[in-house]
Amino acid sequence: MMDILQILVSESFWAASLRIATPLIFGVLGALLCEKSGVLNLGIEGIFVAGAMAGWMAVWLGAGLWGGVLVAAGAGAFFGLIHAILTVPLGLSQHVSGLGVTMFATSVSYFAYRTALPNVSSPPRIEPFRALDIPILSDLPFVGPVLFQQTAMTWLAFACVGLVWYVMKRTALGVAIQAVGDNPDSVEAQGLSVYALRMGSVVAGSALMALGGAFLTMSAFDAFFFGMVNGRGWICIALVIFASWKPGKALLGALLFGAFDALQVRLQTEVGALVPGQVFLMAPYILSIIALVIAARSADYPRALLTPWFKGQR
Amino acid sequence: MIRIEPRGRTTKALTLGVPILSAIVALALAAIPLAFAGANIASAYGEMYKGVFGSLFAFSEMLTRATPLIFTGLAAALAFRAKLWNIGAEGQLYLGAMAAVTVGTGVFDIPGVMLIPLIILMGSAAGAAGMALPAYLKTKFGADEVVTTLLLNFVILIFLQMMLEGPLQDPMGLGWPQSAPILEQGMLPTLIDRMRLHSGLIIALIAAVVAQFMLARSVWGFRLRAVGENASAARHAGIRVKRTLLSVAIVSGALAGMAGVGEVAGLKGYLTADLSPGFGYTGIVVAMLAGLSPVGVVISAIFIASVFVGADSMSRAMGVSSYLADLVVAMSLLCVLVGGFFARYRITRVRPVQEQAS
Amino acid sequence: MTSQTVLSLKGLSKRFGSVIANDAVDLDLCQGEVLALLGENGAGKTTLMNMLFGHYLPDAGSVEVAGVDGALNALPLGHPQAALAAGIGMVHQHFTLAENLSVIDNIMLGAEPLLSLRRSGRAARQKIEAIMQQSGLNASLDTRVSLLSVGERQRVEILKALYRDARILVLDEPTAVLTPQEADALFENIGAMTNTGLSVIFISHKLREVLAFSNRIAVLRHGVKVGEMATSDADEAAIARMMVGAETAPTQRAPMSPGAPVLRLENVDVHGQSNRDRLRGVTLDVHAHEILGIAGVSGNGQSALAGLISGLVQADAGRVSVGDTTVTRAHPLDMIRAGVGRIPEDRHHDGIVGAMSMAENMIIERLDDPEVQSRGLMKHEAIVANAERLAQEYDVRGPGVEARARLLSGGNIQKLILARVFEQHPNLILANQPTRGLDMGAASEVARRLIEARTRGAGVVLISEDLDEILSLADRILVIHEGELIQADTRDRAVIGLMMAGETAPSALATGEPA
Repeated sequence: MMDILQILVSESFWAASLRIATPLIFGVLGALLCEKSGVLNLGIEGIFVAGAMAGWMAVWLGAGLWGGVLVAAGAGAFFGLIHAILTVPLGLSQHVSGLGVTMFATSVSYFAYRTALPNVSSPPRIEPFRALDIPILSDLPFVGPVLFQQTAMTWLAFACVGLVWYVMKRTALGVAIQAVGDNPDSVEAQGLSVYALRMGSVVAGSALMALGGAFLTMSAFDAFFFGMVNGRGWICIALVIFASWKPGKALLGALLFGAFDALQVRLQTEVGALVPGQVFLMAPYILSIIALVIAARSADYPRALLTPWFKGQR
Repeated sequence: MIRIEPRGRTTKALTLGVPILSAIVALALAAIPLAFAGANIASAYGEMYKGVFGSLFAFSEMLTRATPLIFTGLAAALAFRAKLWNIGAEGQLYLGAMAAVTVGTGVFDIPGVMLIPLIILMGSAAGAAGMALPAYLKTKFGADEVVTTLLLNFVILIFLQMMLEGPLQDPMGLGWPQSAPILEQGMLPTLIDRMRLHSGLIIALIAAVVAQFMLARSVWGFRLRAVGENASAARHAGIRVKRTLLSVAIVSGALAGMAGVGEVAGLKGYLTADLSPGFGYTGIVVAMLAGLSPVGVVISAIFIASVFVGADSMSRAMGVSSYLADLVVAMSLLCVLVGGFFARYRITRVRPVQEQAS
Repeated sequence: MTSQTVLSLKGLSKRFGSVIANDAVDLDLCQGEVLALLGENGAGKTTLMNMLFGHYLPDAGSVEVAGVDGALNALPLGHPQAALAAGIGMVHQHFTLAENLSVIDNIMLGAEPLLSLRRSGRAARQKIEAIMQQSGLNASLDTRVSLLSVGERQRVEILKALYRDARILVLDEPTAVLTPQEADALFENIGAMTNTGLSVIFISHKLREVLAFSNRIAVLRHGVKVGEMATSDADEAAIARMMVGAETAPTQRAPMSPGAPVLRLENVDVHGQSNRDRLRGVTLDVHAHEILGIAGVSGNGQSALAGLISGLVQADAGRVSVGDTTVTRAHPLDMIRAGVGRIPEDRHHDGIVGAMSMAENMIIERLDDPEVQSRGLMKHEAIVANAERLAQEYDVRGPGVEARARLLSGGNIQKLILARVFEQHPNLILANQPTRGLDMGAASEVARRLIEARTRGAGVVLISEDLDEILSLADRILVIHEGELIQADTRDRAVIGLMMAGETAPSALATGEPA
């Protein structure tokens, strides 16, 4: 017990929680945006991979870190556009299309990486984002080290939460996105385009997802590894249900998840001798399933989620 | 302006033609990544062809590769027909494999002739259990099975690593994370001398035919189709939807488990954590390419296996990354989706009519 | 009527697959006029208006709309945006509201630039309040639409159109979901608005309200305009003939004395999410040889009652018995086995599995029957033969019994369901909106079958929003309002109408015409 308490009050624990939560924040926001408009995007896992690979590759080729972020977002938008075309105007199964996009984005990324770097034994490294050291604020006790050990991308993630919240709550665009996810006819009858709103949301949401991937190669680590995304995308899909499609709750869910994951890593080193390490490795996935089971019944699903809409059809 | 109109009836030619065309288009599209990799495209396709049809051995290797894909393809096809999104065949495959090595490595004292049936039974039961849980969570709590099966894949893979470093580890294995080998009498017999093709293929083919028959002719198949096509009407008509979904989940999981049984007890002999290069996920492509028809699964599994085996061999010969195969598989899924759209809908261009104002 | 033309439809045609929904329809609308577009279900009224509003792109024809200066301009077709900009507003029969948003958000949706960072909430609120004042239509602006009643939702729909400065208002079956009194109030509001320059087209198939509230009538049949006249010149019988194309015989129904009870509900409660699926202290008996009509505005608990009898919904309190047996844990299968035949409200969604064959749909309720299966295998030939026989007997027309059921027309789907239900000789029949959306021919076939079943000895529960249907078929009438059932001891439309609105002092008013 004492050990857990000690962990919970340590700065490094909370700093690690934030670090783990950051890609999930991007991913959950992206999934939220897609689903609010009525489109489930199971391309998320592959889009994470594509964002991680494309962002890293751009930096490695000399684009600069923020250039890499842009390239990653562009890659996400590209794969999002494929999903959007398949599911919105063509109205195909969102489940299968999403899985197809995940497979496609993953294999394109892996193939491109292998083709660009055929004979490397250890993955080449880039100079990643560094912690933002803001004078005075960084010197605050506890809060300073926790918050100001984070890189610019974590701050970007926080900014995106605010942005998505503001758009959804306070702008006409956000109202229209929520309307199209609830009843596409309401949008069509008011002279707006169902297709444009849904496709725009999916493309923008996918760009956000890709930033989650980019964080992995450009901030959390400094290189691209096969299998590094490791189900983070799927966890975001579970978290967005847990968050009931609300940006604030999504942030909370990602942070809770990050804290739990950071805790299990630390507990593992504490009691590793007694319990196999894998028990701890499984925990995040099991936790996500439990969160899903708890939240599923009461979840306030966008009413038109998974339902395609065709213009001029009766 | 473009107008999308549903076709009154989808013709036989379209139902057959679309998957074939999709497969061809996906293969042709492979030329783009090949060009990026700087390979000679014609000889790359040539190498792929040789890698599958160049020799009896090559061909038997392809069929060996197709065997688990038929099982996972059937698992996906049956579940998807009931609109039960089992994306967890990868995990269920490993559950089946774990059960197979558990009973197959001589832990229990079992007479020789009984061993193979027991391995098959335990393997499919383990796979079934792996899908029954998410199906239960879906019917009982409304938890989306897509997410739970996807996440369970990771849980099961980590559990497997734990087992391979623990109870299932081969004591003679010099500390490698691998299981002890399955006893000689527990191995599925091979079909051709000096080749790896094993009788798992026969079981897979029988499973496909039985699944086809059950789907079309049995009351169970009727219920499955009704629930998948319109769960609300099925429930109204007195069909027990949840019970049907659970039964489909069990069959689907068992088939995925059989893929794992075939791989350990037919091919490898022992279990490692890299037994499956994503057979579970590829099974989804196989099923979709087959239009969710069980017999079609056999044909599309052979196509996908050819892509893998051909690309592997081409990759060795020409130094192009073997991830090309995954790329072709992903593209065939996207192509067949789009193709399916054109089979169901007709797209006509219409000019907005503007007659002169009087 | 000498005022100027504000809208002119010319030669509008539309096909859906092989069905011709509209064939070269011309229609003019004058300033300040109320035009009733009359026709049977499936006559093409809604399709015509959906083309006007840009939901559908016509195959041929054009639309001209008067601008603010009064000159007629061609309207770009296929774009609701263009119709809205030209001053056309439409209130759809199936409301187009986003339920997760507030009333004001629904009204403002699409009226503001999407890419602006700020919203003009205050100005919009002032404008809407002015419109509410002027039109007499009120709504609470910050309420979530999901919490509104049907009548309130319809007001929001009209406010939506008026907020966009509609000069031409199209109302698609506006009274289908209202009590007779609410409908009268709506038309009074509309009449007041036409005085300020609004022109109105309303779609209806109810002769009574068309004659009472329109200036002019246009009649559609099978997609073609078959007549047009000033309401003052209209003759009820003539219009009815024009709509249907033939005389219809009134339904014949000999009086019968009720037999033993076949369904009994005692103090049944169903706790639902909304009024739609809630019942409170419902007690009722249905007897053999009896058609019990349940009148009421939709969304007042009919779904719960139908669900209960179908076996889809569990009673949370009270007792449900079918025949002599008490239903404890209901499932549709138990109800089927107890001899309950169910005709569902939404025949496409709950009645058939569209992707399965007609033959399969005809036996879907009896999969345990040895005539249909043996040892877990379907008897394909027997199933097909059964379907051939039933298709003949019940006149189900389609592309063959082994073709997918979704290829059938709405009327034929309903006949398929009738065949499935009546073939089992049920003791109790639930008919939930059995004629909605059917043309007169199919509707009278349904009525004939229900009466036949009653004569044979079945008890029938007829749930309908169409009071005329209930008055013509039911032996006894109950009114459902907010989950409670009230016995109507009268057949007076006005009294029943008041009861549908929840007012329970009918005796003082029961002075109208007798049954």
